[in-house]
Amino acid sequence: MSNEPYAALRPRHKDDVGRTSSPSHDMAQAPVGRIANPSREEGRTGSPSYEAHGLSGPHFDLPESEPAGPEQLRTVDLHKSYRKGPIEVPVLKGVNLRVHRGEFLAIVGQSGSGKSTLLHLLGTLDAPDRGEIHFDGCRIDNLASSGRDALRNHRFGMIFQFYHLLPELSTLENVLAPLMIRQTAVGYFRQRHRHRKTATEILKMLGLGHRLTHLPSELSGGEMQRAAIARALVTDPELLLADEPTGNLDHATGQGILEVLRTLNRQRNLTIVMVTHDRAIAGQADRTVQLADGRIVK
Amino acid sequence: MYKLLLCWRYLRTRYIALASIVSVTLGVATMIVVNSVMSGFTTEMQDRIHGILSDLVVESRDLAGMPDGEWQQERIRQVAGDLIEGMTPTVVVPAMLSFRYGGEWQTRQVNVIGIEEATQSAVSDFAHYLQHPDNRVPAGMSFELRPGGYDTRDHQAGDEAPVRAQMTDAGWTHRRRVARLREFQRQFERDGADRAEVPPDPFRQPTTVPPPEYSPHESATPEGAAAPPTGNENLRPPPGLLEADGQAAPAVTGTGAGASDPLVDPFTVRARDPAEFDPMVDQHTGAVVGFGLVSYRMPDAEDRFLLLPGDDVQLTFPTAGTPPKPISDKFTIVDLYESKMSEYDSSFVFVPIRKLQELRGMIDPSTGIGNVSSIQIKTRPGVDPAAVRDRLLASGAFPAELYVVQTWRDRQGALLAAVEMETAILNVLLFLIIAVAGFGILAIFLMIVVEKTRDIGIMKSLGASRRGVAGIFLGYGLSLGLVGSGVGTVLGLLFVRNINGIAQLLGWLTGRPVFDPSIYYFYKIPAIVNPFTVAWIVGGAMTIAVLASVLPALRAAMLHPVEALRHE
Repeated sequence: MSNEPYAALRPRHKDDVGRTSSPSHDMAQAPVGRIANPSREEGRTGSPSYEAHGLSGPHFDLPESEPAGPEQLRTVDLHKSYRKGPIEVPVLKGVNLRVHRGEFLAIVGQSGSGKSTLLHLLGTLDAPDRGEIHFDGCRIDNLASSGRDALRNHRFGMIFQFYHLLPELSTLENVLAPLMIRQTAVGYFRQRHRHRKTATEILKMLGLGHRLTHLPSELSGGEMQRAAIARALVTDPELLLADEPTGNLDHATGQGILEVLRTLNRQRNLTIVMVTHDRAIAGQADRTVQLADGRIVK
Repeated sequence: MYKLLLCWRYLRTRYIALASIVSVTLGVATMIVVNSVMSGFTTEMQDRIHGILSDLVVESRDLAGMPDGEWQQERIRQVAGDLIEGMTPTVVVPAMLSFRYGGEWQTRQVNVIGIEEATQSAVSDFAHYLQHPDNRVPAGMSFELRPGGYDTRDHQAGDEAPVRAQMTDAGWTHRRRVARLREFQRQFERDGADRAEVPPDPFRQPTTVPPPEYSPHESATPEGAAAPPTGNENLRPPPGLLEADGQAAPAVTGTGAGASDPLVDPFTVRARDPAEFDPMVDQHTGAVVGFGLVSYRMPDAEDRFLLLPGDDVQLTFPTAGTPPKPISDKFTIVDLYESKMSEYDSSFVFVPIRKLQELRGMIDPSTGIGNVSSIQIKTRPGVDPAAVRDRLLASGAFPAELYVVQTWRDRQGALLAAVEMETAILNVLLFLIIAVAGFGILAIFLMIVVEKTRDIGIMKSLGASRRGVAGIFLGYGLSLGLVGSGVGTVLGLLFVRNINGIAQLLGWLTGRPVFDPSIYYFYKIPAIVNPFTVAWIVGGAMTIAVLASVLPALRAAMLHPVEALRHE
């Protein structure tokens, strides 16, 4: 079914959780990497190194700081413009970008340089006017909306500057939301205990174990961003798109969030594309590209 | 799953939306109440109409009637005998009813119906509406005046009906008292004015103007009871009279019994002539008079009677000849007919059919066979009267230029149709109220969608489909409709259950009765809850709530994720 090219990615929920007993002190240790992620078993990712890197996997003895793997995400000559009344304002004027598996890429740029727009295009929230986006060798910018929805739900995780938690739901429910969206009510209800356990463990590892039933309005900024990261991780994504994740936080808290991202990148070999205007923050990524005037300049 | 969760959370946190469904609640409650009361009234009325009228009537268009009731019945039996349970002939004629009350003659327009007392009760609920228990038992109906024992409380109602104190001594007791009073009065006139003896005619108009008369009504009022407004307080009969009457009454058992009564009126010492009519012991032909003709109802639902069983009345009606001539005769009221359909109660007077035929000259002197106006037919259970009507019409035995063949529904078709129309219009109007509530939901939902724009963007960024987002708001609309109509149903049913108490409370608060029993002839508001109607109302309200949420839901589904996320 062309509408849903990632149907096969639907979780089978092998009991990866808790298989590991690694005595790591790192908070983003084992379960984060393998929680509720069925896709690895199916070999769809076609990435031996990624496959091998899971802490719970059989080949745990690979080095932590691995060089960039094969290409995962590629854009070809992306163009995007917005219409303001009769005037067409070009934002992206031919962006060519390659992101490798397991890479932590930072895109920096001035305010209005189009970096958020680029991230939205990568996340299939918006469609480019011209150009192509390839993910794992498949073109994703021209997918039908249901295919894009499935892609976002199953393989991408997104975090935002303003956290974007649903205000009516508790922290735990917010984290569970992608799983609820993925499944029918009956299907979710059948597996609710497993899902709850998964989400609770992720939240505990991010230091929010005592905030499960709090509403977002009762959390601090750092806690909200951690909850947002937990929500992005609960579906066990292959790519994490972060839009100014520290933009609304003070320096220390932002640094903490960045640590979390770095750890995830290293421990889980999670590909991260982060957009920021802060060069100091960007400097902590593996690689930094600069977006200026609608093009990648460096 | 997220749809259910979010619906539930929105339901619990958006109180403004709950305000919008108050109108749904009220609309549903009102519709349930109105439909229940209307259906209560309709059922009550249909039962009554059906009870009063027989299933089917074959009627002559001529006031003089159709010849030979027996032969007509035989013809009907030949055509549709297998569908018919019983038949009875009647003679119907417009007439004038005259009676004397408080010294004044009153005349009213009535319909006199001649019936066969033996078969009349078999085709309709005629006997059920009479006031004497013995007249109500099967085949117990009689045109003989009863000694007493008439109901002093409306037997068709419950304990809420006020006592009819005047009915206590209806019957021979009352008749004898009235007769004695008149005798006393005549004696008084004879002695005081030295006038020629007045014939013992209770209906005789006084030729001169003697001092005030005793009204029959005055005498009928039990001792100590409130006197009716027309009474003359200082002209009560001597106490001894009433006491004597009170002792004598139980001994009197009918015509002729009073002849040897030792306690007979001391003024009536004349020798009894067997040919002479003596109201103490004789009655005229019996007549059952409509309740509304001889009584009126006070605002507190108490009935006051102008005449009681035992009083005499005069009927004047046209003869059957051409041209018709008026003819009068006296009748004695033997019972009252209370069907609670004011149209009938204030116009019907039932008399024995034979007497009416004789008086009107409807009997062929050579054969002794009488004409009848109509034949009332009761169909077998489960038989549709309309089918019998159609068969009778199709047979050609009753051509339309001479006969009218109608079912009870046909006869009251206009009334029933009017009530149905009224119900339908009320329903349309009330449903429009719910539709207005739907627009309220629409407006509030559009606002909620705007308020939730960013959340919609978030859900889309998490992979929610358009259909899923639309589902949230459709589900929200449905749950609002569910809550609104659910609460409305409960309120409506509670209201219907306590409708009489509420009517009383409202009457007490506003100072005027909401439900005036003197108008409706019911003591309480009838209400029947039809589960199907309730289901329709609830379903309709929920449909409107869902329809009202379609536009906001589509709007939410069509939101662009990026613009939604940027929404402040």
